[in-house]
Amino acid sequence: MSFWRQVTRGIQVLGNRRAADQEIDEEVNHYLEESTAMFAAKGLTPDEARRAARMEIGNEAVVREQIREYGWENTIDTWFADLRYAARRLRGKPGFTAASILTLALGIGATTAIFSVVEGVLVKPLPYSRPERLVALSHIAQGVNIKDLGLAASLYFTYSEENRVFQDIGMWQAGAWTVTGLGDPEEVPGLMVTNRFLAVLGVQPALGRPFLPSDDDPRGERTVMLSDGYWKSHFGGERTVLGRHLMLNGAEATIIGVLPPSFQFLDRKISLILPQRLNRAEVKLIGFCCQGVARLKPGATLAQANADVARMLLLAPAKFPLNPGLSAKTFRDLLIVPNLRPLKDVLVGDIGNTLWVLLGGVGLLMAIACANVANLLLVRAEGRRQELAIRAAIGAGWGRIARELLLESSLLGVAGGAFGLALASVAVQALVASDFVQLPRIHDISIDPAVLAFTLAVSLAAGFIFGLIPAFKYARPHLSGALRSDGRTAGQSKERHHARSVLVVVQVALALVLLVGSGLMMRTFQALNRVHPGFSRAPEIETMRIFVPAEQVPGPERTTRMEEEILRKVEALAGVSAVAITTGTPLESCCDNNPVRVEDQASREGAAPPVRRFKYVSPGYVSALGSRLIAGREPTWNEIYKRIPVAMVSENMARELWTEPRKALGKRIRPMSIGDWHEVIGVVADLRDDGVDQKAPSIVYWPLLRENPGGAGTATRSAVYLIRTPRAGSIGLRQEIQHAVASVNPNLPVADVKTLEAVYKRSLARTSFTLVLLAIAGSMALLLGVVGLYGVISYSVAGRTREVGIRLALGARRQNVTRMFLCQGLALSGIGAICGLAAALGLTRLMRSLLFEVSPADPLTYAGASAALVLAATIGSYIPARRATRVDPMEALRAQ
Amino acid sequence: MNGPNTDLIQGTLDMLILKTLSLEPMHGFGIARRIEQISKGVFKVNPGSLLTAFQRLERVGWLDSEWRQTENSRRAKFYWLTRSGRKQLEVETANWNRRASAIARLLKAEG
Repeated sequence: MSFWRQVTRGIQVLGNRRAADQEIDEEVNHYLEESTAMFAAKGLTPDEARRAARMEIGNEAVVREQIREYGWENTIDTWFADLRYAARRLRGKPGFTAASILTLALGIGATTAIFSVVEGVLVKPLPYSRPERLVALSHIAQGVNIKDLGLAASLYFTYSEENRVFQDIGMWQAGAWTVTGLGDPEEVPGLMVTNRFLAVLGVQPALGRPFLPSDDDPRGERTVMLSDGYWKSHFGGERTVLGRHLMLNGAEATIIGVLPPSFQFLDRKISLILPQRLNRAEVKLIGFCCQGVARLKPGATLAQANADVARMLLLAPAKFPLNPGLSAKTFRDLLIVPNLRPLKDVLVGDIGNTLWVLLGGVGLLMAIACANVANLLLVRAEGRRQELAIRAAIGAGWGRIARELLLESSLLGVAGGAFGLALASVAVQALVASDFVQLPRIHDISIDPAVLAFTLAVSLAAGFIFGLIPAFKYARPHLSGALRSDGRTAGQSKERHHARSVLVVVQVALALVLLVGSGLMMRTFQALNRVHPGFSRAPEIETMRIFVPAEQVPGPERTTRMEEEILRKVEALAGVSAVAITTGTPLESCCDNNPVRVEDQASREGAAPPVRRFKYVSPGYVSALGSRLIAGREPTWNEIYKRIPVAMVSENMARELWTEPRKALGKRIRPMSIGDWHEVIGVVADLRDDGVDQKAPSIVYWPLLRENPGGAGTATRSAVYLIRTPRAGSIGLRQEIQHAVASVNPNLPVADVKTLEAVYKRSLARTSFTLVLLAIAGSMALLLGVVGLYGVISYSVAGRTREVGIRLALGARRQNVTRMFLCQGLALSGIGAICGLAAALGLTRLMRSLLFEVSPADPLTYAGASAALVLAATIGSYIPARRATRVDPMEALRAQ
Repeated sequence: MNGPNTDLIQGTLDMLILKTLSLEPMHGFGIARRIEQISKGVFKVNPGSLLTAFQRLERVGWLDSEWRQTENSRRAKFYWLTRSGRKQLEVETANWNRRASAIARLLKAEG
C-alpha cells in the first residue's frame, strides 16, 4: 500500500508542482502564525513575537527546501532540470552541436543500416512456428561428388514410414505451369508438394482447407492452392474462388484453398501449390527429383536426425525396386549420406561472411566518428575550464560535474542517433526496393523493434563513452592552474594535447584499415571483370524461356519441330543474327549433373564415373552465345531428328580425358551404362556456368532430342533461347518475339526474358555491392580522419601563436614555421598509418572469402591506400600550417 | 540551546508523533507544543524535521491529512493516525521498551 501511495503522491507532485509548493508554504506559514501567537500570549509585542517565532523556526527558506526535497519525484525533477540545461548549452554553440550531431548521424546511420540487414537476414528466425526445429532434408552422393542430391520419392516414403525423429516430413519441387483460360496464357511459378508439407512449416490456409492424403492420390481429382497475391490479382480476392477450376498445362484443377498473405518459402516466387500425386506403386529407388523439409520432434537433435536417416537409407533398397538398367551396386556406389541442415542455413547461404565484414567496416566508421566527436568535446571542455574550476571551488562534487558533462554528450549521442536512424531507414528502403544485390530474405529487412533498440543502445553507449574522456579530464580540474586569468595560453600543456593526438592517431589508423579493405574489394572486382565467362558481347544476347508441356504437345519429335519453328521465326526478325536453344541460362543454370562413361577409358571396378554438367543444345549454339569451337563442328538439325548419336564436350573436359582438344574428336561417350555410344564431334570453349568466380565445370553438350533407351527419345521441354541481336533488351524486340512464339503456338507463354548482360551483372552484384559500401565507408572514414587531423593542427597553431611570433621575430623563415606544423601533422598520421597497416594485416584476413585472386596482404593495395592517406594527411596539415605563417609577430607578442 | 543534547533522532521523532496523534488529530504546531509539554521541555522539536517527518509518515501510509479550520478560524493541515499507523505505534512502543530495559540492565550491571 505504501508503495502505491509513494507512486501516486509523487506523480501528483510532478503533475502540479506549484500546488504542492503552495501547500508547503501554507503549512509553514501557519506554523509561524501559531508560533507568533504563542509568543504574543507570553507577553511579547507583536513585532518581537514575530521575530522570536522566526528565530525559532530558523531559516524559513531552508525549512521549505527541506520539506520539499523529500520524495522520489525530486530526483526526476533534478534530472530533467539538468537535461534542459544541457540542451540549452548545446543550443548556445550551434556550430559545435551541428558538427557533432552530423558526424554521429553518419556513423550511427551506417551502422544501423547494416545492422538491420544483418538482423533481417542472419538473426531473425524464419516466419514459421518453432522454426528452429525445421531442417532441410537432402543428401550428398560422395561416390560421384554431387553435393546437393536432394530427396527421392522412394526415400521420402521410406522416411515417412520408418522414422523416429521427425514429427512430419514434406517433399517439394519447384515448378511452373501454363495457366490458360484466364486471359492471356501465362507461366505461373509455384511448388509441387506432398500433403504434409504445409503442416511441417506450421502454415494453415487462410481460406479453404489444407491438403489431405487424398489429394496426393494420382487417381483423385486434381487440386491446387493459390497464394494470397495470385488470388488477389487474378480472382479479385473473392471468396467464391473455392471450388472453381483452373486450367494448368491443359488439365483442370480445383481450387481448394488460399494461403495467408504472410506465406513465404525460401525466397521463391510462389503463386500456386499443387500436390505431387505420387503413385507409390510406380516409384523406383533412384529418382532424386526434389528437396525435403522436415520438423524435428521436440528434443531431437540434428545429429540424431542425421543418424536416423543414415539408418533408414539402408532400408530403402528393400522397399523399392531398382530402375531398369541400374544395379544394386550402382546405388551402393553412389555412397549416399544424409545432409540435414537447419532450414535457415539453406536459405541464408553463404552471404553471412559478406554481411559480417560490412558490419565490421561500419563499426570502424562509427569508432572514427566517435573519436571525432570526442575531440570536439575535449576542445569545448577546454574552453570551459575556468567555469568548471569555479564550480568545483564553490563546492560542486566531481559526480555532479561529471554527470552534467555525460548528460550533454548523451544528448548529443541520442540526437545523432535520431538523425542516423532517419538516414538508415531511407537507405534500407532503397536497398530493399532496388533488389540490386539479391540478398536472401530481403523482405525480412526492415527497421523493426530490434533495430530501434540497437540504435538507442549504440547512441547512448557512444554518448556515454566519448563523454567519459572530457569528464575524466575536466571534472576535477587543477584549480590553481585553471583559475588563473591567463589560463587560456597555458592550455597547451602536454597532457591535454596528448589525448587529442591519441584520438587522431586512432582515427587515421582505422581509416587506413577501411581504405585497405575497399582497395582489396576493388582489385577483386577488377579481377572478376577480367575473367572471360565463355560468351562474348553479352549486351547483344537476349534470353527467354519456353516450356512446352507434354499434355499440350505430346510426342518428342513434334515438340522439337515446334521449337525449331519458333527458332526460325525469331531468326527471321529484323536485326537478329543468330538464335539457338539450350537448357539453362549461362551463369544461372545449375544442377543437371550426371555421370558420363567414356568408351576407351572403362571406369575402374567399384568406382562410379565422374560427374559432368549436361546441356542440350541446338545447332548454332556456339555463334549465338559468342563462344568458340576449339575443334570439330556442331550437330545439324538433320542429325538431331535422325537421332544420330553425336555430342560436343567442353575444352577442359577434352583436355582432361584426351590431353588435347583435337584428340577428343571421334571418341565415344554415353550417359548411362546401356544405350548408344555418342561420338564426340566438337569441342567448345569453356563456359563459367557456375559463376565467374568459380572454375568452369566440364560440360557435355547433347543434341536437343535426347536418347531414351528403347524409347522414342525425349524432347527438351524447358528450352532457353539465346538470341543474338543489337536490339537485345528493347521492348520492340520483346514484343516481336512474343508474336513470333504466339504465331507458332498461342498457348505457349514466354517467360524470363532478360539479356545475358543483366544475368552477368547480377552474378557480380554481390561483389559490387560490397565494394560500393566499403568504398563509401572508406572515403567517409578518410574524410573524418583528415578533418580530425585538421582540427588538431589548427588548435595547435592557435595555441602556439606567441611561440610562432617569437620565432618569427627572432628571424625564423616562414617556410620553416609551416614545415614545423606540417611535420607535426605528418608525424601523427605516420604513427596512425603504421598502426593502421598492422591492424589491416590482421583484420583483412577475415575478408578472405570475399576476395578473388587477391591476397589479403596484397602489397599494391596497401601501398595505394597508404599513399592516399599520406596525401590527404598532407593536405589536412598543410592548410592550418600555412595559417601559422600569417601571424604578425608584433600582434602575437603583444597579445595576452 | 546549550545544555544536554535534546535533538530528536528521526526514528524517535516518528514514534512521538504517532503517540501524540493517537490521542486526537492535530496540526503541526499543536503536535510540536504537545511533545514539548509532555516531555516537560526536555525535547524541543525542530520544525523542519517535524514537517518533513509528516511528509514521510504520510507517504508510508501511517498518517492521513486534511486541511481544516482551527478554533481561531485559520486554515491548517490536520493529521491523524491510520489503522496501520496504530499498529506501527504498538510495534515501535514495544521495541522501545525492550531496548530501554536492556540498556537499563546494562547500566545497572556496570555499577
